[in-house]
Amino acid sequence: MATANYNRIIRDGLWDNNGVLVMLLGMCPTMAMTTSATNGLGMGLATAVVMAASNLMVAAFRNYITQEVRIPVYILIVAANVTFVDLTMNAWMHELYKVLGLFIPLIVSNCLPLARLESFASKEPVMPALMDGIFMGLGFTLALTLIGAIREITGSGTLFADASLLLGPAFTFMELRIMPADMGVLMMILPPGGFLVTGLVVVGKRLLDLRAGKSIQMAGAHSV
Amino acid sequence: MTLHFNKESTYTHAIILGIFCLGFGVFLALTEWITHDSVLARAMEDRQNSLSQVMPAEIHDNNPVLDTLTIQDGEGRDITVYRARKAGLVTGVAYETFGSGYAGQMKYMIGVDANGYLLGVRVLSHKETPGLGDKIEIKKGDWILQFTGLSIGNPPIEKWKVKKDGGQFDQFTGATITPRGAVKAILNGLQFFDAHRAQLLEVN
Repeated sequence: MATANYNRIIRDGLWDNNGVLVMLLGMCPTMAMTTSATNGLGMGLATAVVMAASNLMVAAFRNYITQEVRIPVYILIVAANVTFVDLTMNAWMHELYKVLGLFIPLIVSNCLPLARLESFASKEPVMPALMDGIFMGLGFTLALTLIGAIREITGSGTLFADASLLLGPAFTFMELRIMPADMGVLMMILPPGGFLVTGLVVVGKRLLDLRAGKSIQMAGAHSV
Repeated sequence: MTLHFNKESTYTHAIILGIFCLGFGVFLALTEWITHDSVLARAMEDRQNSLSQVMPAEIHDNNPVLDTLTIQDGEGRDITVYRARKAGLVTGVAYETFGSGYAGQMKYMIGVDANGYLLGVRVLSHKETPGLGDKIEIKKGDWILQFTGLSIGNPPIEKWKVKKDGGQFDQFTGATITPRGAVKAILNGLQFFDAHRAQLLEVN
């Protein structure tokens, strides 16, 4: 590729080839961490940091990683980045760590970073790979926050509860109560709600694309 | 920038993988080395914070996190006991106690003063149903606060049950098993104190 098409990378990451809504990757954290919008946002942002760093490293070393050992090397790089984020956050951003700490080790089990390393970062120069990591990560964040918001509103009646713990006291204004807690449908914050809402959001995304006259990309049609 | 040695060789792959492992190993070792002290300090602060919820600061002049004792409970678990002391005398102890809830084990931290009265109870971990059983958390309600000041004779032992079972503690709407398990866990904790009172309060 002569010049990288950053517009394409951004559009792919956020919408056209969204990791969750189109590729249906990273379903484990998507189901487990979307009981509230704040959880989804936190998990998404932590994943985005790891994806950006991993994509950057793999692109930088891409000429030294042979085909035969690439998978262990990718896993090594993702795991090293996750451990690095885990340790530094624990030491220096402890309040945030108390909220996100549970999620961070889960990033290793997410196949989205691995998929981007294999299908993008290993073939592209450093800059496009970094951008791909950032925007695929932000697309993941977007999907998780949306699914989390829907489950939280219908399940607990709140939106962005505890956001100030994650983002700082300045964000207390985001914490909304939409309806009384008693009216919440408990199922939505239990595992079945995760499947239902994720399915509905995937369908919703495709309906929007159809209305916009785009052809629907099937899951898996795009590499990996 | 490609390497010009024979890429087919197994040794080459092994060496490449080895170099990556070594490199990232060193990277992680450095990270661990740099963050080590801060991580320990944060863990200590967390433990102090959680202990201070069940042991008021007025009753001790030591650091209970560092003044510990390990005793086996009736089920063979090693229980770490944190001791509060004032002028050398043990004024209270805090330790974990366990109960079964609706969805697996619940872990509580309880503080007990030298006379066997509860200083406070907090749930440390549980898997109870959100919205129903999770009212045992201080964040979700003050149910757990009613135990402060109680002891094994107050109320009498047969009243250490939820109301549905003829005791004195409220169950939650739609969730009886959780509070039943909580009451039992706290009672077990007090009985642990009774069984080991001498050892717990011993000054050494």
